[in-house]
Amino acid sequence: MKKLLNTLFVTSPDVYLTLNGENIVVMKEKERIGRIPLHNLEAVYTFGYSGASPSLMGACAERSISLVFLTRNGRFLARVIGKSRGNVTLRKNQYRISEDENKSAEIARNFIVGKIYNNKWMLERATRDYPLRIDVQKFKDTSCHLSELLIQVRHTAKLDLLRGYEGQAAISYNEVFDQIILQQKEDFYFHRRSRRPPLDRVNAMLSFVYTLLSNDVAASLESVGLDAYVGFLHRDRPGRASLALDVMEELRGVYADRFVISLVNKKVVNKDDFFTKESGAVLMTDEARKKFLKHWQDRKQEKIKHPYIGEKISWGLVPYAQSMLLARYLRGDLDEYPPFLWK
Amino acid sequence: MTANSEENFLLLSGIQHFLFCKRQWALIHIEQQWEENVRTIEGQHIHQKADQPFIKETRTDKFIVRALPIKSKELGATGVCDVVEFKEDHNGVSIKGSSKKYIPVPIEYKRGKPKSDESDILQLVAQAICLEEMLLCEVRLGHIFYDQIKRRIEVPVNYSDRQKVREVFKEMHHYFYKRHTPRVKTGAFCKSCSLQNLCLPELMGKQAVSTYIERKISE
Ligand code: SF4
Repeated sequence: MKKLLNTLFVTSPDVYLTLNGENIVVMKEKERIGRIPLHNLEAVYTFGYSGASPSLMGACAERSISLVFLTRNGRFLARVIGKSRGNVTLRKNQYRISEDENKSAEIARNFIVGKIYNNKWMLERATRDYPLRIDVQKFKDTSCHLSELLIQVRHTAKLDLLRGYEGQAAISYNEVFDQIILQQKEDFYFHRRSRRPPLDRVNAMLSFVYTLLSNDVAASLESVGLDAYVGFLHRDRPGRASLALDVMEELRGVYADRFVISLVNKKVVNKDDFFTKESGAVLMTDEARKKFLKHWQDRKQEKIKHPYIGEKISWGLVPYAQSMLLARYLRGDLDEYPPFLWK
Repeated sequence: MTANSEENFLLLSGIQHFLFCKRQWALIHIEQQWEENVRTIEGQHIHQKADQPFIKETRTDKFIVRALPIKSKELGATGVCDVVEFKEDHNGVSIKGSSKKYIPVPIEYKRGKPKSDESDILQLVAQAICLEEMLLCEVRLGHIFYDQIKRRIEVPVNYSDRQKVREVFKEMHHYFYKRHTPRVKTGAFCKSCSLQNLCLPELMGKQAVSTYIERKISE
Protein backbone atom coordinates (compact mmCIF):
# COMPACT_ATOMS: atom_id res chain seq x y z
CA MET A 1 0.00 0.00 0.00
CA LYS A 2 1.10 3.48 -0.78
CA LYS A 3 2.76 5.48 1.97
CA LEU A 4 1.15 8.44 3.61
CA LEU A 5 3.57 11.31 3.55
CA ASN A 6 3.38 14.78 4.96
CA THR A 7 1.07 17.51 3.88
CA LEU A 8 2.35 21.04 3.81
CA PHE A 9 -0.27 23.63 4.71
CA VAL A 10 0.66 27.15 3.74
CA THR A 11 -1.64 29.37 5.72
CA SER A 12 -0.19 32.82 5.23
CA PRO A 13 -1.43 34.41 2.03
CA ASP A 14 1.62 36.56 1.37
CA VAL A 15 4.22 33.90 0.68
CA TYR A 16 5.52 32.54 -2.57
CA LEU A 17 6.62 28.95 -3.13
CA THR A 18 9.50 28.13 -5.41
CA LEU A 19 11.51 25.13 -6.39
CA ASN A 20 15.13 24.80 -5.49
CA GLY A 21 16.70 21.53 -6.46
CA GLU A 22 14.58 18.93 -4.74
CA ASN A 23 13.08 21.34 -2.24
CA ILE A 24 10.17 23.67 -1.90
CA VAL A 25 11.39 27.02 -0.73
CA VAL A 26 8.92 29.28 1.02
CA MET A 27 9.62 32.96 0.35
CA LYS A 28 8.22 35.95 2.16
CA GLU A 29 9.12 39.38 0.82
CA LYS A 30 12.17 38.02 -0.96
CA GLU A 31 13.32 36.24 2.12
CA ARG A 32 13.52 32.51 2.60
CA ILE A 33 11.45 31.42 5.53
CA GLY A 34 11.34 27.70 4.98
CA ARG A 35 12.66 24.82 2.97
CA ILE A 36 10.98 21.42 2.70
CA PRO A 37 12.26 18.44 0.72
CA LEU A 38 9.78 17.35 -1.95
CA HIS A 39 10.30 13.67 -1.41
CA ASN A 40 8.61 13.82 2.00
CA LEU A 41 5.50 15.42 0.66
CA GLU A 42 2.18 14.02 -0.36
CA ALA A 43 0.29 17.26 -0.81
CA VAL A 44 0.64 21.01 -0.52
CA TYR A 45 -2.35 23.16 0.38
CA THR A 46 -2.14 26.90 0.15
CA PHE A 47 -4.72 29.19 1.70
CA GLY A 48 -5.24 32.71 0.45
CA TYR A 49 -3.40 33.95 -2.55
CA SER A 50 -0.01 32.37 -2.02
CA GLY A 51 1.70 31.95 -5.34
CA ALA A 52 3.80 29.13 -6.66
CA SER A 53 6.35 29.12 -9.42
CA PRO A 54 5.62 27.19 -12.63
CA SER A 55 8.69 25.05 -12.06
CA LEU A 56 7.38 24.03 -8.66
CA MET A 57 4.00 23.22 -10.17
CA GLY A 58 5.75 21.05 -12.74
CA ALA A 59 7.81 19.28 -10.11
CA CYS A 60 4.71 18.56 -8.03
CA ALA A 61 2.78 17.30 -11.04
CA GLU A 62 5.63 15.00 -12.00
CA ARG A 63 5.80 13.47 -8.57
CA SER A 64 2.03 13.27 -8.08
CA ILE A 65 2.19 15.68 -5.19
CA SER A 66 -1.13 17.42 -5.15
CA LEU A 67 -0.77 21.17 -5.09
CA VAL A 68 -4.05 22.78 -4.15
CA PHE A 69 -5.04 26.41 -3.99
CA LEU A 70 -7.85 27.33 -1.63
CA THR A 71 -9.27 30.65 -0.57
CA ARG A 72 -8.42 31.88 2.83
CA ASN A 73 -11.51 30.20 4.21
CA GLY A 74 -10.80 26.93 2.56
CA ARG A 75 -12.99 27.17 -0.50
CA PHE A 76 -11.52 25.33 -3.45
CA LEU A 77 -9.93 27.39 -6.21
CA ALA A 78 -7.63 25.20 -8.26
CA ARG A 79 -5.47 22.15 -8.24
CA VAL A 80 -2.41 21.36 -10.27
CA ILE A 81 -2.97 18.17 -12.19
CA GLY A 82 -0.15 16.49 -14.02
CA LYS A 83 -0.26 14.46 -17.16
CA SER A 84 -2.93 11.87 -16.56
CA ARG A 85 -1.88 8.29 -16.36
CA GLY A 86 -1.89 6.76 -19.79
CA ASN A 87 -4.63 4.37 -18.97
CA VAL A 88 -7.22 5.21 -21.60
CA THR A 89 -8.99 1.90 -21.23
CA LEU A 90 -9.86 2.49 -17.62
CA ARG A 91 -11.20 5.97 -18.28
CA LYS A 92 -13.21 4.81 -21.24
CA ASN A 93 -14.86 2.24 -19.02
CA GLN A 94 -15.56 4.93 -16.49
CA TYR A 95 -17.18 7.16 -19.14
CA ARG A 96 -19.15 4.30 -20.64
CA ILE A 97 -20.61 3.33 -17.28
CA SER A 98 -21.25 6.92 -16.36
CA GLU A 99 -23.40 7.33 -19.45
CA ASP A 100 -25.44 4.28 -18.62
CA GLU A 101 -27.90 5.15 -15.88
CA ASN A 102 -28.52 1.57 -14.81
CA LYS A 103 -24.88 0.67 -14.59
CA SER A 104 -24.15 3.92 -12.80
CA ALA A 105 -26.84 3.06 -10.29
CA GLU A 106 -25.12 -0.22 -9.47
CA ILE A 107 -22.04 1.64 -8.33
CA ALA A 108 -23.86 4.63 -6.86
CA ARG A 109 -25.84 2.20 -4.72
CA ASN A 110 -22.69 1.08 -2.96
CA PHE A 111 -21.57 4.63 -2.21
CA ILE A 112 -24.92 5.14 -0.50
CA VAL A 113 -24.74 1.78 1.25
CA GLY A 114 -21.40 2.92 2.66
CA LYS A 115 -22.74 6.27 3.73
CA ILE A 116 -25.82 4.96 5.50
CA TYR A 117 -24.00 2.05 7.08
CA ASN A 118 -21.28 4.27 8.49
CA ASN A 119 -23.73 6.85 9.79
CA LYS A 120 -25.80 4.14 11.42
CA TRP A 121 -22.78 2.81 13.27
CA MET A 122 -21.76 6.28 14.37
CA LEU A 123 -25.13 6.52 16.08
CA GLU A 124 -24.88 3.01 17.52
CA ARG A 125 -21.50 3.86 18.93
CA ALA A 126 -22.85 7.00 20.57
CA THR A 127 -25.60 5.04 22.30
CA ARG A 128 -22.98 2.67 23.63
CA ASP A 129 -20.53 5.36 24.75
CA TYR A 130 -22.93 7.96 26.15
CA PRO A 131 -26.17 6.24 27.14
CA LEU A 132 -26.75 8.83 29.85
CA ARG A 133 -26.21 11.86 27.70
CA ILE A 134 -28.28 11.15 24.62
CA ASP A 135 -31.80 10.12 23.84
CA VAL A 136 -31.08 6.42 23.41
CA GLN A 137 -34.56 5.55 22.22
CA LYS A 138 -34.45 8.16 19.50
CA PHE A 139 -31.02 6.94 18.41
CA LYS A 140 -32.18 3.33 18.29
CA ASP A 141 -35.19 4.31 16.24
CA THR A 142 -33.03 6.26 13.82
CA SER A 143 -30.60 3.38 13.58
CA CYS A 144 -33.48 1.03 12.76
CA HIS A 145 -34.73 3.39 10.13
CA LEU A 146 -31.27 3.53 8.59
CA SER A 147 -31.10 -0.28 8.61
CA GLU A 148 -34.36 -0.45 6.69
CA LEU A 149 -33.13 2.08 4.18
CA LEU A 150 -29.94 0.08 3.76
CA ILE A 151 -31.89 -2.96 2.68
CA GLN A 152 -33.94 -0.89 0.26
CA VAL A 153 -30.87 0.77 -1.21
CA ARG A 154 -29.23 -2.58 -1.66
CA HIS A 155 -32.09 -3.65 -3.90
CA THR A 156 -32.52 -0.47 -5.87
CA ALA A 157 -31.19 -0.11 -9.37
CA LYS A 158 -32.59 3.34 -10.13
CA LEU A 159 -30.66 6.52 -9.54
CA ASP A 160 -33.62 8.71 -8.61
CA LEU A 161 -34.89 6.17 -6.10
CA LEU A 162 -31.42 5.96 -4.62
CA ARG A 163 -31.31 9.71 -4.20
CA GLY A 164 -34.66 9.55 -2.51
CA TYR A 165 -33.49 6.98 0.03
CA GLU A 166 -30.31 8.90 0.55
CA GLY A 167 -32.30 12.04 1.24
CA GLN A 168 -34.43 10.24 3.82
CA ALA A 169 -31.37 8.83 5.50
CA ALA A 170 -29.77 12.26 5.64
CA ILE A 171 -32.84 13.79 7.28
CA SER A 172 -32.90 11.06 9.93
CA TYR A 173 -29.24 11.39 10.66
CA ASN A 174 -29.24 15.19 10.78
CA GLU A 175 -32.08 15.11 13.28
CA VAL A 176 -29.94 13.41 15.88
CA PHE A 177 -26.55 14.71 14.83
CA ASP A 178 -26.80 17.67 17.18
CA GLN A 179 -27.04 15.32 20.19
CA ILE A 180 -23.59 13.89 19.56
CA ILE A 181 -22.18 17.31 20.33
CA LEU A 182 -21.71 16.81 24.04
CA GLN A 183 -19.60 19.75 25.11
CA GLN A 184 -19.81 23.53 24.78
CA LYS A 185 -23.43 23.14 23.89
CA GLU A 186 -24.24 26.88 24.01
CA ASP A 187 -21.63 27.62 21.40
CA PHE A 188 -21.75 24.57 19.19
CA TYR A 189 -24.92 23.11 17.76
CA PHE A 190 -26.20 21.71 14.52
CA HIS A 191 -29.69 22.51 13.30
CA ARG A 192 -29.31 22.16 9.59
CA ARG A 193 -26.60 22.10 7.03
CA SER A 194 -25.78 25.56 5.70
CA ARG A 195 -23.10 25.83 3.10
CA ARG A 196 -22.82 29.11 1.30
CA PRO A 197 -22.16 30.62 3.66
CA PRO A 198 -21.99 28.44 6.75
CA LEU A 199 -24.19 30.09 9.36
CA ASP A 200 -22.89 28.51 12.54
CA ARG A 201 -19.61 27.24 13.90
CA VAL A 202 -20.24 23.57 13.26
CA ASN A 203 -21.19 24.25 9.68
CA ALA A 204 -18.10 26.40 9.23
CA MET A 205 -15.95 23.46 10.28
CA LEU A 206 -17.91 20.96 8.21
CA SER A 207 -17.48 23.06 5.08
CA PHE A 208 -13.80 23.29 5.72
CA VAL A 209 -13.24 19.60 6.37
CA TYR A 210 -15.35 18.58 3.36
CA THR A 211 -13.16 20.72 1.12
CA LEU A 212 -10.03 19.08 2.46
CA LEU A 213 -11.49 15.63 2.11
CA SER A 214 -12.82 16.16 -1.40
CA ASN A 215 -9.41 17.31 -2.56
CA ASP A 216 -7.77 14.27 -1.06
CA VAL A 217 -10.30 12.04 -2.77
CA ALA A 218 -9.94 13.80 -6.13
CA ALA A 219 -6.16 13.52 -5.99
CA SER A 220 -6.39 9.82 -5.08
CA LEU A 221 -8.78 9.12 -7.94
CA GLU A 222 -6.47 10.78 -10.38
CA SER A 223 -3.46 8.94 -9.06
CA VAL A 224 -5.06 5.62 -9.96
CA GLY A 225 -5.96 6.89 -13.42
CA LEU A 226 -9.62 7.83 -12.96
CA ASP A 227 -11.25 11.09 -13.96
CA ALA A 228 -12.37 12.82 -10.78
CA TYR A 229 -14.89 14.91 -12.70
CA VAL A 230 -17.01 12.10 -14.12
CA GLY A 231 -19.28 10.57 -11.53
CA PHE A 232 -21.96 7.94 -11.22
CA LEU A 233 -24.22 9.25 -8.48
CA HIS A 234 -23.39 12.90 -9.02
CA ARG A 235 -23.91 13.63 -12.68
CA ASP A 236 -21.59 15.81 -14.71
CA ARG A 237 -21.62 19.46 -13.99
CA PRO A 238 -18.88 21.67 -15.36
CA GLY A 239 -16.23 22.31 -12.78
CA ARG A 240 -17.53 19.81 -10.29
CA ALA A 241 -15.43 16.85 -9.27
CA SER A 242 -18.45 14.55 -9.33
CA LEU A 243 -16.64 11.28 -8.83
CA ALA A 244 -14.77 12.74 -5.87
CA LEU A 245 -18.12 13.69 -4.36
CA ASP A 246 -19.41 10.17 -5.02
CA VAL A 247 -16.57 8.47 -3.22
CA MET A 248 -16.73 11.03 -0.47
CA GLU A 249 -20.28 10.09 0.46
CA GLU A 250 -19.18 7.08 2.47
CA LEU A 251 -16.51 9.07 4.26
CA ARG A 252 -18.37 12.22 5.19
CA GLY A 253 -19.88 10.98 8.42
CA VAL A 254 -17.34 8.55 9.69
CA TYR A 255 -14.27 10.52 8.73
CA ALA A 256 -15.19 14.21 8.45
CA ASP A 257 -18.19 14.68 10.77
CA ARG A 258 -16.63 12.58 13.50
CA PHE A 259 -13.48 14.63 13.25
CA VAL A 260 -15.34 17.92 13.67
CA ILE A 261 -17.32 16.57 16.62
CA SER A 262 -14.18 15.37 18.33
CA LEU A 263 -12.67 18.86 18.10
CA VAL A 264 -15.68 20.26 19.89
CA ASN A 265 -16.07 17.47 22.42
CA LYS A 266 -12.40 17.54 23.30
CA LYS A 267 -12.57 21.33 23.48
CA VAL A 268 -9.81 21.76 20.97
CA VAL A 269 -11.85 24.58 19.46
CA ASN A 270 -13.93 27.09 21.36
CA LYS A 271 -16.20 29.93 20.48
CA ASP A 272 -13.37 32.45 20.28
CA ASP A 273 -11.98 30.58 17.32
CA PHE A 274 -14.80 31.92 15.17
CA PHE A 275 -16.21 35.24 14.11
CA THR A 276 -19.33 36.30 12.31
CA LYS A 277 -19.46 38.53 9.26
CA GLU A 278 -22.17 41.10 8.62
CA SER A 279 -23.76 38.63 6.22
CA GLY A 280 -24.15 36.08 8.99
CA ALA A 281 -21.37 33.93 7.60
CA VAL A 282 -19.38 32.26 10.33
CA LEU A 283 -15.66 31.97 9.71
CA MET A 284 -12.71 30.46 11.52
CA THR A 285 -9.88 32.69 12.64
CA ASP A 286 -6.45 32.10 11.16
CA GLU A 287 -5.24 30.65 14.44
CA ALA A 288 -8.19 28.28 14.59
CA ARG A 289 -7.55 27.12 11.07
CA LYS A 290 -3.96 26.29 11.93
CA LYS A 291 -5.09 24.31 14.94
CA PHE A 292 -7.68 22.57 12.84
CA LEU A 293 -5.17 21.58 10.17
CA LYS A 294 -2.72 20.27 12.69
CA HIS A 295 -5.35 17.98 14.19
CA TRP A 296 -6.56 16.94 10.76
CA GLN A 297 -3.03 15.97 9.91
CA ASP A 298 -2.80 13.91 13.11
CA ARG A 299 -6.09 12.21 12.36
CA LYS A 300 -4.78 11.20 8.96
CA GLN A 301 -1.92 9.37 10.61
CA GLU A 302 -4.17 7.29 12.85
CA LYS A 303 -4.27 3.67 11.84
CA ILE A 304 -7.32 1.57 11.17
CA LYS A 305 -7.94 -1.79 9.66
CA HIS A 306 -9.49 -1.54 6.24
CA PRO A 307 -12.69 -3.59 6.41
CA TYR A 308 -12.37 -5.11 2.96
CA ILE A 309 -8.66 -5.19 2.25
CA GLY A 310 -8.02 -6.35 5.79
CA GLU A 311 -4.78 -4.41 5.97
CA LYS A 312 -3.83 -1.79 8.53
CA ILE A 313 -3.68 1.59 6.91
CA SER A 314 -3.93 5.17 8.10
CA TRP A 315 -7.12 7.17 7.79
CA GLY A 316 -5.34 9.42 5.34
CA LEU A 317 -4.97 6.53 2.91
CA VAL A 318 -8.61 5.54 2.95
CA PRO A 319 -9.44 7.77 -0.05
CA TYR A 320 -6.60 6.16 -1.95
CA ALA A 321 -7.68 2.63 -1.01
CA GLN A 322 -11.24 3.35 -2.16
CA SER A 323 -10.01 4.86 -5.42
CA MET A 324 -7.93 1.81 -6.09
CA LEU A 325 -10.81 -0.52 -5.34
CA LEU A 326 -13.05 1.49 -7.63
CA ALA A 327 -10.49 1.25 -10.43
CA ARG A 328 -10.30 -2.47 -9.89
CA TYR A 329 -14.04 -2.79 -10.15
CA LEU A 330 -14.08 -0.74 -13.36
CA ARG A 331 -11.35 -2.93 -14.79
CA GLY A 332 -13.45 -5.99 -14.13
CA ASP A 333 -11.35 -7.47 -11.33
CA LEU A 334 -14.06 -7.26 -8.67
CA ASP A 335 -17.71 -8.25 -8.77
CA GLU A 336 -18.82 -5.00 -7.14
CA TYR A 337 -17.33 -1.83 -5.76
CA PRO A 338 -16.60 -2.49 -2.07
CA PRO A 339 -17.62 0.52 0.00
CA PHE A 340 -15.70 1.39 3.14
CA LEU A 341 -17.91 -0.12 5.83
CA TRP A 342 -16.58 1.08 9.14
CA LYS A 343 -17.94 0.26 12.52
CA MET B 1 -4.64 -8.84 -37.16
CA THR B 2 -3.17 -5.38 -37.20
CA ALA B 3 -0.18 -6.46 -35.18
CA ASN B 4 2.26 -5.63 -37.91
CA SER B 5 1.14 -2.09 -38.45
CA GLU B 6 3.79 -0.11 -36.70
CA GLU B 7 1.60 1.71 -34.26
CA ASN B 8 0.62 -1.57 -32.67
CA PHE B 9 4.17 -2.69 -32.19
CA LEU B 10 4.86 -3.90 -28.69
CA LEU B 11 7.93 -3.27 -26.64
CA LEU B 12 10.37 -6.09 -27.10
CA SER B 13 11.44 -6.07 -23.48
CA GLY B 14 7.81 -6.72 -22.54
CA ILE B 15 8.41 -10.41 -23.18
CA GLN B 16 10.22 -10.47 -19.86
CA HIS B 17 7.26 -9.01 -18.01
CA PHE B 18 4.89 -11.31 -19.84
CA LEU B 19 6.80 -14.43 -18.96
CA PHE B 20 7.11 -13.31 -15.37
CA CYS B 21 3.39 -12.57 -15.06
CA LYS B 22 0.86 -11.85 -17.79
CA ARG B 23 -0.95 -9.49 -15.53
CA GLN B 24 2.17 -7.54 -14.77
CA TRP B 25 2.82 -7.16 -18.47
CA ALA B 26 -0.75 -5.97 -19.07
CA LEU B 27 -0.60 -3.48 -16.22
CA ILE B 28 2.57 -1.99 -17.63
CA HIS B 29 2.02 -2.21 -21.36
CA ILE B 30 -1.74 -1.99 -21.76
CA GLU B 31 -2.77 0.04 -18.79
CA GLN B 32 0.47 1.95 -18.59
CA GLN B 33 0.30 1.86 -14.86
CA TRP B 34 3.42 1.65 -12.95
CA GLU B 35 4.72 3.09 -9.79
CA GLU B 36 8.05 3.90 -11.23
CA ASN B 37 8.06 4.54 -14.89
CA VAL B 38 9.41 1.28 -16.18
CA ARG B 39 10.21 2.66 -19.57
CA THR B 40 12.28 5.42 -18.05
CA ILE B 41 14.16 3.02 -15.89
CA GLU B 42 14.85 0.80 -18.86
CA GLY B 43 16.03 3.82 -20.73
CA GLN B 44 18.42 4.82 -17.99
CA HIS B 45 19.63 1.29 -17.66
CA ILE B 46 20.46 1.04 -21.30
CA HIS B 47 21.99 4.44 -21.27
CA GLN B 48 24.41 3.61 -18.51
CA LYS B 49 25.64 0.55 -20.31
CA ALA B 50 25.86 2.29 -23.60
CA ASP B 51 27.23 5.64 -22.66
CA GLN B 52 28.19 6.42 -26.20
CA PRO B 53 25.40 5.07 -28.35
CA PHE B 54 25.94 4.72 -32.06
CA ILE B 55 29.67 4.91 -31.76
CA LYS B 56 31.35 2.00 -33.33
CA GLU B 57 34.26 0.29 -31.71
CA THR B 58 36.32 -1.41 -34.29
CA ARG B 59 38.52 -4.37 -33.51
CA THR B 60 40.47 -6.49 -35.95
CA ASP B 61 37.74 -9.01 -36.66
CA LYS B 62 34.61 -7.23 -35.51
CA PHE B 63 32.90 -3.95 -34.76
CA ILE B 64 30.58 -3.16 -31.92
CA VAL B 65 27.41 -1.11 -31.94
CA ARG B 66 25.71 -0.01 -28.74
CA ALA B 67 22.07 0.84 -28.12
CA LEU B 68 20.95 -0.32 -31.53
CA PRO B 69 17.24 0.25 -32.21
CA ILE B 70 15.68 -2.88 -33.68
CA LYS B 71 12.29 -4.10 -34.79
CA SER B 72 10.49 -6.98 -36.38
CA LYS B 73 7.37 -6.88 -38.49
CA GLU B 74 6.83 -10.53 -37.97
CA LEU B 75 6.76 -10.21 -34.17
CA GLY B 76 5.22 -6.77 -34.26
CA ALA B 77 7.79 -5.48 -31.81
CA THR B 78 10.43 -2.83 -31.36
CA GLY B 79 13.19 -2.34 -28.89
CA VAL B 80 16.80 -1.67 -28.38
CA CYS B 81 19.76 -4.03 -28.33
CA ASP B 82 22.24 -3.18 -25.60
CA VAL B 83 25.15 -4.27 -27.72
CA VAL B 84 25.52 -5.95 -31.09
CA GLU B 85 28.85 -7.35 -32.15
CA PHE B 86 29.28 -7.68 -35.87
CA LYS B 87 31.68 -10.56 -36.35
CA GLU B 88 33.55 -10.98 -39.55
CA ASP B 89 32.33 -14.12 -41.25
CA HIS B 90 32.46 -15.05 -44.88
CA ASN B 91 29.00 -16.60 -44.55
CA GLY B 92 27.68 -13.28 -43.30
CA VAL B 93 26.17 -10.29 -45.00
CA SER B 94 27.79 -7.14 -46.22
CA ILE B 95 27.22 -4.06 -44.14
CA LYS B 96 27.10 -0.61 -45.63
CA GLY B 97 30.42 1.15 -45.34
CA SER B 98 32.50 -1.98 -45.15
CA SER B 99 33.80 -4.35 -47.79
CA LYS B 100 33.77 -7.34 -45.49
CA LYS B 101 30.94 -9.64 -44.46
CA TYR B 102 29.57 -9.89 -40.97
CA ILE B 103 27.24 -11.86 -38.71
CA PRO B 104 25.53 -9.89 -35.93
CA VAL B 105 25.70 -11.27 -32.39
CA PRO B 106 23.31 -9.63 -29.92
CA ILE B 107 24.53 -9.15 -26.36
CA GLU B 108 22.15 -8.31 -23.57
CA TYR B 109 23.27 -6.91 -20.22
CA LYS B 110 21.38 -8.08 -17.16
CA ARG B 111 21.53 -7.24 -13.55
CA GLY B 112 21.90 -10.18 -11.18
CA LYS B 113 22.75 -13.71 -12.12
CA PRO B 114 21.40 -16.23 -14.62
CA LYS B 115 17.73 -16.97 -13.94
CA SER B 116 16.15 -20.35 -13.74
CA ASP B 117 13.43 -19.35 -16.16
CA GLU B 118 13.88 -18.79 -19.85
CA SER B 119 12.83 -15.14 -19.99
CA ASP B 120 16.31 -13.73 -20.58
CA ILE B 121 16.95 -16.28 -23.26
CA LEU B 122 13.70 -15.63 -25.06
CA GLN B 123 14.29 -11.89 -24.97
CA LEU B 124 17.63 -12.46 -26.64
CA VAL B 125 16.10 -14.77 -29.20
CA ALA B 126 13.53 -12.10 -29.98
CA GLN B 127 16.38 -9.68 -30.62
CA ALA B 128 17.98 -12.22 -32.90
CA ILE B 129 14.75 -12.51 -34.88
CA CYS B 130 14.69 -8.73 -35.29
CA LEU B 131 18.31 -8.62 -36.48
CA GLU B 132 17.70 -11.40 -38.97
CA GLU B 133 14.73 -9.63 -40.41
CA MET B 134 16.48 -6.28 -40.63
CA LEU B 135 19.73 -7.55 -42.07
CA LEU B 136 18.52 -10.59 -43.97
CA CYS B 137 21.01 -12.88 -42.34
CA GLU B 138 21.02 -15.77 -39.98
CA VAL B 139 21.79 -15.25 -36.30
CA ARG B 140 22.79 -18.47 -34.60
CA LEU B 141 23.95 -17.24 -31.25
CA GLY B 142 23.97 -14.40 -28.78
CA HIS B 143 25.28 -13.67 -25.31
CA ILE B 144 23.85 -12.54 -22.02
CA PHE B 145 26.18 -10.72 -19.67
CA TYR B 146 25.27 -11.00 -15.99
CA ASP B 147 26.82 -8.33 -13.82
CA GLN B 148 26.80 -10.41 -10.66
CA ILE B 149 28.95 -13.16 -12.13
CA LYS B 150 30.67 -10.73 -14.49
CA ARG B 151 30.53 -13.21 -17.31
CA ARG B 152 28.79 -13.78 -20.60
CA ILE B 153 26.67 -16.81 -21.13
CA GLU B 154 26.49 -18.03 -24.68
CA VAL B 155 22.96 -18.57 -25.93
CA PRO B 156 22.29 -20.62 -29.04
CA VAL B 157 19.34 -19.35 -31.07
CA ASN B 158 17.50 -22.55 -31.82
CA TYR B 159 14.29 -23.42 -33.59
CA SER B 160 12.15 -24.29 -30.60
CA ASP B 161 12.98 -21.03 -28.81
CA ARG B 162 12.18 -19.05 -31.94
CA GLN B 163 8.81 -20.75 -32.08
CA LYS B 164 8.21 -19.97 -28.44
CA VAL B 165 9.00 -16.30 -28.99
CA ARG B 166 6.58 -16.17 -31.91
CA GLU B 167 3.84 -17.75 -29.84
CA VAL B 168 4.41 -15.46 -26.89
CA PHE B 169 4.21 -12.35 -29.07
CA LYS B 170 1.07 -13.66 -30.69
CA GLU B 171 -0.50 -14.02 -27.28
CA MET B 172 0.65 -10.57 -26.21
CA HIS B 173 -0.89 -9.04 -29.33
CA HIS B 174 -4.09 -10.87 -28.65
CA TYR B 175 -4.39 -9.33 -25.17
CA PHE B 176 -3.24 -5.97 -26.43
CA TYR B 177 -5.82 -5.97 -29.20
CA LYS B 178 -8.57 -6.69 -26.70
CA ARG B 179 -6.98 -4.30 -24.19
CA HIS B 180 -7.47 -7.04 -21.71
CA THR B 181 -5.73 -7.28 -18.35
CA PRO B 182 -5.91 -10.92 -17.35
CA ARG B 183 -6.47 -12.04 -13.80
CA VAL B 184 -3.86 -14.60 -13.02
CA LYS B 185 -3.07 -17.02 -10.28
CA THR B 186 -0.94 -15.18 -7.82
CA GLY B 187 1.95 -16.80 -6.08
CA ALA B 188 5.23 -16.42 -4.35
CA PHE B 189 6.55 -14.59 -7.39
CA CYS B 190 4.30 -11.66 -6.51
CA LYS B 191 6.69 -10.83 -3.68
CA SER B 192 9.30 -9.71 -6.15
CA CYS B 193 6.86 -7.82 -8.35
CA SER B 194 7.28 -4.07 -8.56
CA LEU B 195 3.58 -3.60 -9.26
CA GLN B 196 2.34 -5.25 -6.10
CA ASN B 197 0.90 -1.99 -4.84
CA LEU B 198 -1.18 -1.53 -7.94
CA CYS B 199 -2.16 -5.12 -8.39
CA LEU B 200 -2.86 -5.98 -4.75
CA PRO B 201 -2.46 -9.71 -5.33
CA GLU B 202 -3.87 -10.52 -1.88
CA LEU B 203 -7.19 -9.23 -3.10
CA MET B 204 -7.34 -11.70 -5.94
CA GLY B 205 -8.33 -14.54 -3.68
CA LYS B 206 -10.56 -12.43 -1.44
CA GLN B 207 -14.21 -13.02 -0.90
CA ALA B 208 -16.70 -11.63 -3.37
CA VAL B 209 -17.61 -8.03 -2.66
CA SER B 210 -21.30 -8.93 -2.61
CA THR B 211 -20.63 -11.37 0.23
CA TYR B 212 -18.68 -8.72 2.09
CA ILE B 213 -21.52 -6.23 1.82
CA GLU B 214 -24.27 -8.71 2.74
CA ARG B 215 -22.31 -9.92 5.72
CA LYS B 216 -21.67 -6.40 6.99
CA ILE B 217 -25.24 -5.25 6.50
CA SER B 218 -26.70 -8.18 8.35
CA GLU B 219 -24.39 -7.78 11.34
S1 SF4 C 1 1.52 -8.77 -8.01
FE1 SF4 C 1 1.59 -10.87 -8.77
S2 SF4 C 1 -0.25 -11.10 -10.02
FE2 SF4 C 1 0.05 -8.93 -9.70
S3 SF4 C 1 1.19 -8.24 -11.46
FE3 SF4 C 1 2.68 -8.69 -9.90
S4 SF4 C 1 3.26 -10.78 -10.23
FE4 SF4 C 1 1.38 -10.45 -11.38
